[in-house]
Amino acid sequence: MIDPVILFFIFGLSAGLLRSELRLPPAIYDLVSIMLLLTIGMKGGIELAKQPFLELLPQMLVVIALGIVLPLIAFPLLRYLGRFSRVDAASIAAHYGSVSMGTFAVAVAYMSARGIYYEEQMPLFVVMLEIPAILVGIVIAKGFSKQTNWAQVGHEVLLGKSIILMIGGLLIGWIAGEEQLASIKPLFFDLFKGILALFLLEMGLITSKHVGSLKKYGPFLIVFGISMPMLSAVLGASTGCLLGFSVGGTAMLAILAASASYIAVPAAMRISVPEANPTLSLAASLGITFPFNVVIGIPIYYAMAEYIHAFFGA
Amino acid sequence: MSDNIKKLLTIVTEAALENILIKDIERLGAQGYTITDARGKGGRGSRSAAWDASGNIRIEVVSDAAIASQIASHLKETYYDNYAMILFMSDVEVIRPGKF
Repeated sequence: MIDPVILFFIFGLSAGLLRSELRLPPAIYDLVSIMLLLTIGMKGGIELAKQPFLELLPQMLVVIALGIVLPLIAFPLLRYLGRFSRVDAASIAAHYGSVSMGTFAVAVAYMSARGIYYEEQMPLFVVMLEIPAILVGIVIAKGFSKQTNWAQVGHEVLLGKSIILMIGGLLIGWIAGEEQLASIKPLFFDLFKGILALFLLEMGLITSKHVGSLKKYGPFLIVFGISMPMLSAVLGASTGCLLGFSVGGTAMLAILAASASYIAVPAAMRISVPEANPTLSLAASLGITFPFNVVIGIPIYYAMAEYIHAFFGA
Repeated sequence: MSDNIKKLLTIVTEAALENILIKDIERLGAQGYTITDARGKGGRGSRSAAWDASGNIRIEVVSDAAIASQIASHLKETYYDNYAMILFMSDVEVIRPGKF
């Protein structure tokens, strides 16, 4: 029953923990992530073209609000229960408020393997959810300080590799439409699962490097790395249910809320809040939360969505 | 021949800083620079360059002694506290002094 792509992740993780020399060449890893992001973007774009954009605006605002609330919940937990310094707590909170494209890609594969319908606008929400938490994190860490070069932060956040690829894919899908895209379908859509498998192999290897640094930071980070996504998932699922999404869409929003960033946010935090310790937040988001979400979390969040729908009878 | 002797300033630091450092270096008067990806281990742990966020870069700048030391002291003040960064300087003999 376990999806082969997850086995690739576990394989990479085990090989890394055994200190194997295995490693995907960096350029291949880049290509693989570019293909994943473009494909997810295009899938969303094709579907988005079929519905009026204005109807999505209120939903987008709600999702942005979710992105602001999540780090505001995470921060006090880290600061007062975890006793982290202000900058470290703010930085980790930003990671947990934002999203992980890798987790979303696995979720897309999970849903399509089971033929579960979810609302097409999800890739758009990924972009919406990625940004606010970064800004909230910077403001918590430094206040509205004049030191912060907001133009630079804006550039870093909006033109970050993952956002630009996702938006590019969305626009290409939107403009070209399904029939036109048929010509490139074999490379992007048909190979999606294989590409995802390679991506997860490398993610497993990367994750294994961060598992080691967890020992240094004690049990709180491990507990936080599992309980925070569960809490976020409840909020995400409730939001999805309130917005009237299907069970699949509700689960997707729960998964997005539960996932923690490990690419866009670390890069932005490194520049804007350099005092924060980057290995701390990466140990949590990559060492704990990503593997938890990918292997165990996604089915749990789906069950959560089903339960909420049954309970509130949406 | 002393015209041909310039300073080579080598900076090894986090890839995340690349764009900011380039601006600093150009602003402080260097005519050019060379950047390569790097791997290694130091006081802030091993930098495996396995993926973007853990990558290191090596920036090399050849310039007059005055500019080189200006760049070095600016970087030291601004980035030493919070970033993994090392700097070192050496004399180099250049073939076309006009370029620097």
